[in-house]
Amino acid sequence: MNVTPPNSFRTGPDENGLFGIYGGRFVAETLMPLILELEQAYKDAKADPTFQAELDDFLEHYVGRPSPLYFAERLTEHLGGAKIYFKRDELNHTGAHKINNVMGQILLARRMGKKRIIAETGAGQHGVATATACARFGLECIVYMGEVDIARQKPNVFRMKLLGAEVVPALSGSRTLKDALNEALRDWVANVEDTFYCIGTVAGPHPYPEMVRDFQSVIGRETRAQMLKREGRLPDSLVAAIGGGSNAMGLFHPFLDDKDVEIYGVEAAGLGLRTKTKHAASITGGRPGILHGNRTYLLMDDDGQIIEGHSISAGLDYPGIGPEHAWLHDMGRVNYVSATDKEALEAFQLCCRLEGIIPALEPAHALAYVMKLAPTKPKDHLMVMNMCGRGDKDIFTVADILGVKL
Amino acid sequence: MTTRIDRRFAALKKEGRAALVTFVTAGDPDYETSLKIVKGLPRAGADVIEFGMPFTDPMADGPAIQAAGLRALAAGQTMKKTLRLVRQFRKDDQDTPIVLMGYYNPVYVYGVDKFLKDAKAAGVDGLIVVDLPPEEDHELCLPAIKAGLNFIRLATPTTDDRRAPKVFRNTSGFVYYVSVLGITGTKAPDLKSVKANVKRLKKHTTLPIAVGFGVKTAEQARAIARDADGVVVGSALVDAIRLSLTKAGKPTSKTAKAVHALVGDIARGVRS
Repeated sequence: MNVTPPNSFRTGPDENGLFGIYGGRFVAETLMPLILELEQAYKDAKADPTFQAELDDFLEHYVGRPSPLYFAERLTEHLGGAKIYFKRDELNHTGAHKINNVMGQILLARRMGKKRIIAETGAGQHGVATATACARFGLECIVYMGEVDIARQKPNVFRMKLLGAEVVPALSGSRTLKDALNEALRDWVANVEDTFYCIGTVAGPHPYPEMVRDFQSVIGRETRAQMLKREGRLPDSLVAAIGGGSNAMGLFHPFLDDKDVEIYGVEAAGLGLRTKTKHAASITGGRPGILHGNRTYLLMDDDGQIIEGHSISAGLDYPGIGPEHAWLHDMGRVNYVSATDKEALEAFQLCCRLEGIIPALEPAHALAYVMKLAPTKPKDHLMVMNMCGRGDKDIFTVADILGVKL
Repeated sequence: MTTRIDRRFAALKKEGRAALVTFVTAGDPDYETSLKIVKGLPRAGADVIEFGMPFTDPMADGPAIQAAGLRALAAGQTMKKTLRLVRQFRKDDQDTPIVLMGYYNPVYVYGVDKFLKDAKAAGVDGLIVVDLPPEEDHELCLPAIKAGLNFIRLATPTTDDRRAPKVFRNTSGFVYYVSVLGITGTKAPDLKSVKANVKRLKKHTTLPIAVGFGVKTAEQARAIARDADGVVVGSALVDAIRLSLTKAGKPTSKTAKAVHALVGDIARGVRS
């Protein structure tokens, strides 16, 4: 697409929640007053220094921030090109970046006087993070999860239950993440008075894409400061995996106006983009449509029916992507690429052996792209990959594929 | 400009009774049976027909209408076929208004301008698109009005007096009052609250108000018809379809009859 780039890539969304043509508020009338109330409450919280101070305090002492920026020396030697750093968000409490956003939203829910929290989850990381924060603040927590995902992510289901959450199976449609989101929206419509919907990614109706991005941007802000301190300059490239796109947006956003920083978002190519339906690459293999409250790139058939994504990673098989990513793609600011199941699995194993870090299958996709990109770059090229989650939850899936019985 | 919908509600007002608005999903359980069902609805007692455009992810619908959409899609229903169903219905019926109801994505992907042109030509009178609140009026509502179609909006218990003018500004045909907080077909409406809310919303609009979401019996329909200009029945009809199917989900000779019998029963409630 030929477009004139804006003066800044960091000013969106506009007052209607739009990033270019993407985003918006495509929800049922019942939810509209709630969305407007949430937008106002978030605006007020953002302007209130005590809110940010409270959030920062929890991020430091409960989540464990800042997360380290780690020089992956052996991986760098092995690939023989760019100097590779990992942003270690897998070291956060609950094992992924999801908790950054959840802490923000739960503190906001408390400010709004909401006592009942609902969430959707795919791989279970956002569900676990939400259950954790709800336990910490004594809030009722209901997590919707596709029946299929419940079966393939049993450890996380049990963790949520230990934390006192109720896990409700989504039995409709394809019984995965998109259906969990549908069920959460249906719950919200039925319980508008006391319920706060804690969305796990940079999607959904405005103001969610903006709000989740803001809460996740702590990743990119820390990375900037840490890299400046360590290398005396900004990184040359950023790489992150994308399902809905919250860890990626969190890393990317503070760098969007640094024109010399190359940015790569890695979608899940599943069994390969040529399979048409056996991947989850919404940008590379989809087109614009409307789902879950926003316009964005979606996987769908010619009649506008949504196609279930496929990926080895339950956290990436969402058939859409955050609207801000859709816009950044059209603007050409971020390069959206992809990695297959097989490539991610290879990267997963390499990372275990070379760095002593078991990555989640989600960042293993980012790593798979790093393995392609790093060798093409000079040795003084600084590359940051977001290690957005740890792989403990995935060892069963990986063992299964490798034919190992546990 | 008066439309079929305007004329129908005006005529019923003269008769002094409320309209029975029936919802079924286009193509459920398959194309031929769906055509038979819809063709028989006016004779069974339906005054306005709502035809669901099936969608994989209907976020405001309960299990009954979700399942109906998936049955239709599994039987090969597409937007083109839905419009063809309307055309075939119109051959024999020039008076009964048809409203297409659904979600925005299938319309958006079909192409807004092309959709409006084809829908109008097929004999569609109005649209209800659940995920297009007034904040998104420029997407489809304003072009639809320009194309001569009514754009019918949902009002809900959360549509307070402050918000009502915004909701009604570009609404035409009638207003669909959602009687419960929740999804279709799951909770029974609270009659007292329906009465109060219809009265409240009447302060903001002169349009007829039809009440739906959760109306299942002739008894409920009769009670609501006293306070509203129309009663919408959907999930109960779609459930009647489901109960008439074979174990493999195929239609039987009872399928259309079951729907028409239930519509007849509820129509007697509305008219009594």
